[in-house]
Amino acid sequence: MDAVDLARLQFAFTVAFHFIFPAITIGLGFLIAIAETIRWRRNDEAWDRLARFWTRVFALTFAVGVATGVVMEFQFGTNWSRYSTFVGDIFGSPLAAEAILAFFLESTFLGILLWGRDRLSSRLRWFSALMVSAGAALSGLWIIIANSWMQTPAGYEIQGDRAVLTDFLAAALNPSTLPRYLHTIAAAVAVGAFVMVGIAAWYLLRRRHADVALRSLKLGLAVALLSSAGMFLTGDSHARQVADTQPVKFAAMNGLFETDDGVPMIIFAFPPSEDGPADLPELAIPNLLSLLTRFDANATIEGLDAYPRDVWPPVGATFTTYHLMVGLGALMLLVMLLAVLAWWRGRLERWRWLLLALIVVTPAPLIAVQLGWATAEIGRQPWIVYGLMRTVDGVSPIVSAPEVLVSLVGFGVVYLVLAVLWLFLVRRAVLTGPEPARTANAAEVLP
Amino acid sequence: MIALADIWYLVIGALLVGYAVLDGFDLGVGMLAPLVGRTPAERGLLMRTIGPVWDGNEVWLLTLGGALFAAFPLVYATVFSGFYLALMLLLLGLIMRAVAMEFRHQVETARWLRAWDAVWWLGSLLPALLLGVALGNVARGLPLEGGQYVGGLLGLLNPFSLLVGLTGVAMFAMQGASWLVLRTGGEVQARARRLGRYAWAAFAALWVLVTLYAVVDAPSLWSNYGQPVLWLAPAGFVAALGLTGWALWRGTSDRQPIVASSLTIIALISVLGQALYPALLPDRNGSAGLTVLNAASSQTSLTVMLVIALIGMPLVLGYTAFVYRRFTHKVEEADSAYG
Repeated sequence: MDAVDLARLQFAFTVAFHFIFPAITIGLGFLIAIAETIRWRRNDEAWDRLARFWTRVFALTFAVGVATGVVMEFQFGTNWSRYSTFVGDIFGSPLAAEAILAFFLESTFLGILLWGRDRLSSRLRWFSALMVSAGAALSGLWIIIANSWMQTPAGYEIQGDRAVLTDFLAAALNPSTLPRYLHTIAAAVAVGAFVMVGIAAWYLLRRRHADVALRSLKLGLAVALLSSAGMFLTGDSHARQVADTQPVKFAAMNGLFETDDGVPMIIFAFPPSEDGPADLPELAIPNLLSLLTRFDANATIEGLDAYPRDVWPPVGATFTTYHLMVGLGALMLLVMLLAVLAWWRGRLERWRWLLLALIVVTPAPLIAVQLGWATAEIGRQPWIVYGLMRTVDGVSPIVSAPEVLVSLVGFGVVYLVLAVLWLFLVRRAVLTGPEPARTANAAEVLP
Repeated sequence: MIALADIWYLVIGALLVGYAVLDGFDLGVGMLAPLVGRTPAERGLLMRTIGPVWDGNEVWLLTLGGALFAAFPLVYATVFSGFYLALMLLLLGLIMRAVAMEFRHQVETARWLRAWDAVWWLGSLLPALLLGVALGNVARGLPLEGGQYVGGLLGLLNPFSLLVGLTGVAMFAMQGASWLVLRTGGEVQARARRLGRYAWAAFAALWVLVTLYAVVDAPSLWSNYGQPVLWLAPAGFVAALGLTGWALWRGTSDRQPIVASSLTIIALISVLGQALYPALLPDRNGSAGLTVLNAASSQTSLTVMLVIALIGMPLVLGYTAFVYRRFTHKVEEADSAYG
């Protein structure tokens, strides 16, 4: 492997690992903000313990997110210096804005929420939780703005060998920012909700911490169902935007090699190769892709054949990650519909198999989120900035392959340790569970 | 007239000051913890003095990185790729520190605590040292060819920059000890004060050494000081340094050392900023290097960023000040632990 491949591998690995954690904290932060609001308004003891418990899980996750996030901001400069020089005029500002407008907010209020909780009034504690959640969601917005500009650049002109900002709003609100942001946030909320639901279901199955677990399960279920449905709605409009702005990526996602009208939607197929679809059985719904994309069952959709081969993304990987993501999304929605049905029928605690299913699907949105990002980024190739700069041209010219190999192995080892520690501590926090209920006369019972 | 790029030169300096002053004491506390805290319980208490604020403090570094990327992309790209392995080590240190801060108190066994104390110490020392070495190399200038640094890792390990690295370690130790004087009491505070004096002496001595060495090794740093008005900053630095010494030896309140030490850091970075201007990265091969004139972003971009900073930073300073007002009491053994 040469320096470019190693740099790509390192970026892919570090960003994929990093994104596990903010996805959880964006979602869980939102749920904690709701729980804190209920605790504060009702002055409720069970909701208080619930909020504390989930904040502990949040904190463990946030720590790893912070630790691995710093790496991302440095890596553009260390490994992609040509890219950084080319886009710095535009791409740097959202990163700086993220720190100023979001990350300070999230970090400062999380600090006092975690370390100084007992010195905070009830209202300030609620406010801190709210700011942490707002900071997390805003952080995501600026990162998505930066990423979306790489996908659908706007508001710039090329001067010499650099892209120069001409219109900030056009660059920030480029064609893919809003659809991508809504889709990502819906997915991140689902990630947090599924974690909450899964752990609560496990408690109920084991008949532990019933008061906190049942409240968590219901809160989690409501949010999980809404966000799963939201993922489809936002995904639908996001896909239409990709069809408009990155048609080659769209063709690869759908495994569409030849431009055609009345295009069917492939529900299941074996991964295609660069030479065409796999010659194996597939399941497709006639005309559906045309209908969903253009609101016309007979509409024409461009296939890969409309573009020269050297601007095709890797077709098999784009197609496969995309289809697996959608499949997982369907599974998530199905399970949550069933669970809400059980809730409605008052069977939530009695249908043990359902609790088991809820535990099993816990990581589903987390995997779907990773697959979705893989679709977005692999589908952007061979470009680092779509249509403007190729990935191979963005790398740091003076960083050698051995240097990247050293750092890549280093990240591999360190991140493995982080993953093990994080799993160990989250497992421990779950086994310990929420604090026991404080009864009013506890002081009198004690000797 | 002051150009936009000049304003951004000042903003970058201000962000560096914010980071060095605020995360400076976090790093210092981490470095000194094994010496100031004799038992795991004492070290846990030291960690609690920075617990509520360290995370927000680290964001100053992220903001610095982002602002450099946005305002001076050529500097960001050249320095970050040029310092490749050094920066990877810095990241390793920051990862270790972040995880130690949040994971240490999760399990209460002696082995667990001891292990994380070691990670915390190294995760504080590494960034302190490497930031100094990096800044030393920037101040001294890098050999540039076609806008790229070509000297490799070994080129960064020159005596001048290593000396600046040690100066940085001593400075952060002084800052950390001063913070502990404010936030602790009794035996622990006495130890912190004593270590603060050693750190002060080491810092003062190293600073004299670096300044003299700069005459030989980085003469360009002296060229701006032909203008007498610029001597205000060095004079301020010497005064603040003296004040810090006085506060650590004969101070009349626990607040004095951290205030004086912070002023010292502000003055030192001002001295450096004046020496470098208009360069952000001088070229040892003789060209002007990367300067506010040739490395800045477009006027549009700088204006937009300035608006964002003018909206955002007052808010940041506001809630940061609020948090500091609430969390500068003495930390007690009996204080509720985390969570």
